[in-house]
Amino acid sequence: MARTQTNLTQGAVTRYEDAFAQFEREHPAPAWLQTKRREAIQTFARLGFPTVRDEEWKYTDITPAANLVATPIFHFELNGAAAQVRTQLPFQTLEGHRLAFVNGHYAPDLSHIGELPTGVEISPLSEAIAADSERVQQAFGRSVNGEETFVALNTAFAQDGAFVFVPADVELVEPVHLLFLTTGDAATVSHPRNLILLGHNASLKLVETYCSSTEGVYLTNAVTEIESGAGARIEHTKAQLESPKAFHVSTIQVGAARDSQLRSSVLNIGGRLVRNNSIAVMQGEGAEVTLNGLVLTDHEQHIDNHTTMDHAQPHCASHEMYAHVLNDKSVGVFNGKIFVRLDAQKTDAKQSNRTILLSGDATINAKPQLEILADDVRCTHGATIGQLDETAQFYLQTRGVPAREARSILIRAFAGEVLEPISLEVVRDEMEARITAKLK
Amino acid sequence: MLLEIKNLHANVEGKEILRGINLTINPGEVHAIMGPNGSGKSTLAAVLAGRDGYDVTEGEVLFDGKDLLDLAPEERAAEGLFLAFQYPVEIPGVNTQIFLRAALNGIRKYHGQPELDALSFLKLVKAKTKLVNLDESFLKRSVNENFSGGEKKKAEIFQMALLEPKVAILDETDSGLDIDALKVVSSGVNALKSPNNSTIVITHYQRLLNYIVPDFVHILYKGQIVRSGGKELALELEEGGYDPITAQFTEV
Ligand SMILES: Nc1ncnc2c1ncn2[C@@H]1O[C@H](COP(=O)(O)OP(=O)(O)OP(=O)(O)O)[C@@H](O)[C@H]1O
Ligand SMILES: [Mg+2]
Repeated sequence: MARTQTNLTQGAVTRYEDAFAQFEREHPAPAWLQTKRREAIQTFARLGFPTVRDEEWKYTDITPAANLVATPIFHFELNGAAAQVRTQLPFQTLEGHRLAFVNGHYAPDLSHIGELPTGVEISPLSEAIAADSERVQQAFGRSVNGEETFVALNTAFAQDGAFVFVPADVELVEPVHLLFLTTGDAATVSHPRNLILLGHNASLKLVETYCSSTEGVYLTNAVTEIESGAGARIEHTKAQLESPKAFHVSTIQVGAARDSQLRSSVLNIGGRLVRNNSIAVMQGEGAEVTLNGLVLTDHEQHIDNHTTMDHAQPHCASHEMYAHVLNDKSVGVFNGKIFVRLDAQKTDAKQSNRTILLSGDATINAKPQLEILADDVRCTHGATIGQLDETAQFYLQTRGVPAREARSILIRAFAGEVLEPISLEVVRDEMEARITAKLK
Repeated sequence: MLLEIKNLHANVEGKEILRGINLTINPGEVHAIMGPNGSGKSTLAAVLAGRDGYDVTEGEVLFDGKDLLDLAPEERAAEGLFLAFQYPVEIPGVNTQIFLRAALNGIRKYHGQPELDALSFLKLVKAKTKLVNLDESFLKRSVNENFSGGEKKKAEIFQMALLEPKVAILDETDSGLDIDALKVVSSGVNALKSPNNSTIVITHYQRLLNYIVPDFVHILYKGQIVRSGGKELALELEEGGYDPITAQFTEV
């Protein structure tokens, strides 16, 4: 008799439940958080890990990530290794405020919070919780879907991550860089948790980077919740540079208030098995959300991006552009859901998904998923799948550009559609360099 | 001899397009290739430049003594072959300056020379734009993207000036040019002429040959050179068209 996939991960669920007991003992939380954690572990145990029979996970078998046997690291200090690790960090020349986390734990040696304008709060989430932050207590978990397995798992085990608060009418000029690094050769699991709050007309540039200093097997299960006040502006960039053997699951959920603007770019280069959920809920009229993504894979990488544009209010605009460049036997999955609720008249939603297959063995599973309940809306979506433009490649070569470089130039041009709108030059340039290096 | 084409046969998608071409080009010479639409002129240019999908089934091509057909397109460029495209390719998102630098440095690397630094590169490029009256701002744009027909052709000759090839093939570089641009482009081509290099101009019109005066004119018809002569052959064509020349080759 065939075992079902739920059975295949049942052991893992039990292991997490056991680990939770230990976690609670070693890391007691304030009552409000303890309640949330306990609810979350119960939800997680009830839901279990998804299988490919779940519509949302049809093309991505997450079993290997679920079954990763890791010793929980509830305490971690970098100690002497900081100096060595520091030189390997991505975006080193990025000015601004940096919070670094190693194996899920705040690393002050690698961080630099710097001067902050009046009222702005940037701190490790653990410190904000310890300091009884009223804001954190109110907002924690408010904007994410607690009924999703990985969010529940994260909520149960979340220890640290970033807390950022930009008060009304404040423009934080320098970017905030959240850096999540995994080190060491032993398998680890970390659950970074970020809470980002913006007041009315506040503005923020946020960069999330996930990377590793080893080629190890590990799981990052990150959750970033963002709440933007009316008229707020956020530029969010996520660089997923995990180890080639890593599992990475993430949820970014944004609540976009009236007239707010959010632009998010999720750039995927690393990871063996990756699932990103990006969810934007347009909660106020006039909100404008852009969710862009780039996927560059080779070997047997599998990268799945699920996006949701939830038009909950009228007169909101959403734009979406996902670009995939897939080589070897790698797999890309893109599911772009556009949900236009009954009241959301005058919605303007655009989605495009473009794929270049560099190899006959690479696969893309891409689908738009439109659910439109309002009648006066404009929704467009388009998808293209093709190879690199052979004529352009030939043209470059006839001018003396070596074949490989010509290919790299064309791929960078393709990726440029996602990279170019990013205003942080350091991020853009380094990502381009990383793409170039990966194509070598 | 710079270029020696011997009994060249080539297929495109299984169909024989070039059917035994023989052509010898010496340094310092200008050759014009004329012929009706679809006779194989651009195919010949593509085969010489090394385009994928154009299968040489017979014959050989020597470039400065080397077996040209054995080289990748970029190696042919580095050896000194240049093709000005009949339809220059638009490449959105690829900055012209970055492209030109990659081209120059690719060729330099092939010859074991160090890369050109940014400053010397820019100086060189700017000097060459003057040759064809191109506004420098095109360097900041994507390769050929949204260039007018004439600008595209000028940009091709500009690239030729930059790469200084031994043999340049200009495939209908005159089409799409207004009278003034035709003069500019022709004088650019003439300025690049030297006793050490040679030019092949593919054209339909005498007009261009008034400016770029050929030493030889060849008529390509159904994949073969059916007649060669001096510059007066082009004038003869202008008068009587291809019929009198090709009549004897038309299959019955
Ligand atoms: N990629 C291709 N696939 C199929 N047929 C092709 C291809 N390229 C060229 N041909 C055919 O080969 C023949 C020669 O074409 P070519 O472009 O070389 O002609 P040409 O002499 O340059 O014509 P023109 O004066 O119109 O530019 C034509 O019949 C053309 O349709
Ligand atoms: Mg032609």
